[in-house]
Amino acid sequence: MTLMALLLLAVGTYGFRLAGPLLHGRFQPSAEAQRLLSIGAAVLLVALLATAALTQGHGFAGWARPAGVLTGAVLAWRKAPFMAVVAAAAATTALLRLAGVP
Amino acid sequence: MRSLCRTGDPRLLRDVALVCLADGVIGVSFGAIAVAGGMPAWLPVAMSLIVFAGAAQFSAVGMLLTGGSPLAAAATGLLLNTRTVPFSLALADSLGSGRAARLLGAHLITDETAAFALAQRDPARRRAAFWLSGLALFATWNVGVLAGSLAGNALGDTDALGLDAAYPAVLLALTLPALRDLRTRRAALTGAALALAATPFLPPGLPVLLALTGLLAAGRAS
Repeated sequence: MTLMALLLLAVGTYGFRLAGPLLHGRFQPSAEAQRLLSIGAAVLLVALLATAALTQGHGFAGWARPAGVLTGAVLAWRKAPFMAVVAAAAATTALLRLAGVP
Repeated sequence: MRSLCRTGDPRLLRDVALVCLADGVIGVSFGAIAVAGGMPAWLPVAMSLIVFAGAAQFSAVGMLLTGGSPLAAAATGLLLNTRTVPFSLALADSLGSGRAARLLGAHLITDETAAFALAQRDPARRRAAFWLSGLALFATWNVGVLAGSLAGNALGDTDALGLDAAYPAVLLALTLPALRDLRTRRAALTGAALALAATPFLPPGLPVLLALTGLLAAGRAS
């Protein structure tokens, strides 16, 4: 079942990537359709990160994880390098857990 | 790839190296999180080779680890990857002219390679930047995931290392530039609020898909 899902994801993703070479010059989505596609991708990403940062199963994830994500967010907002954002988020959460914050 | 040597642009090489380094580290954490969550090591490794899309991989694995159905995990990954369609259309000229170049190059289309290629002025440099960043990222991402998957169990409790905060932080850093746009911000914040409100009641995976109704809050093009 998991293997089928993996293959579905892989084949579908490759299909999206082939759109350009296959349709080459024959089709161009409207500007508004392209905008909605990219807004839709951002909506999915933000919903994913919000639920991943704040929830675990059906409940609240505890304070350590969102505090780490918030630290990373501030650094990203200040245009810090990608590596610094990731390291700061993980380190904040790890230190809070070490101090006993769930 | 004679054109690769012709780029010789030190700034491009440096930027590609930095992004490769960051993606490699994220790859390590992806492999480690998947294996520590109870997946067999081959799954994240195979997924990285044949899907090769970071955000989709993280969301699919995250959904499987929180008890979501494999089908919902694949659907979420596919929805996220629909954004490669406009990239693919924009990059059609940059892959090369041969059939093999186009079939192989298509697999290397990601947010990062599109950004590197489309930043170049003329077609030859686009092609060179695309292949340089594509091959380098494919190599570092997969080596990182392999290392993380093998080390996953040795790393022990990834929660103690705070790795569960790394994934949302990565997504945030990737989406932040898009959120400077008002329509995107309105839709994304509405969608995220809906997803959070629905999480206690819906099975895993569905709240994120429900967030797409936030598109209604995007408003019309002005």
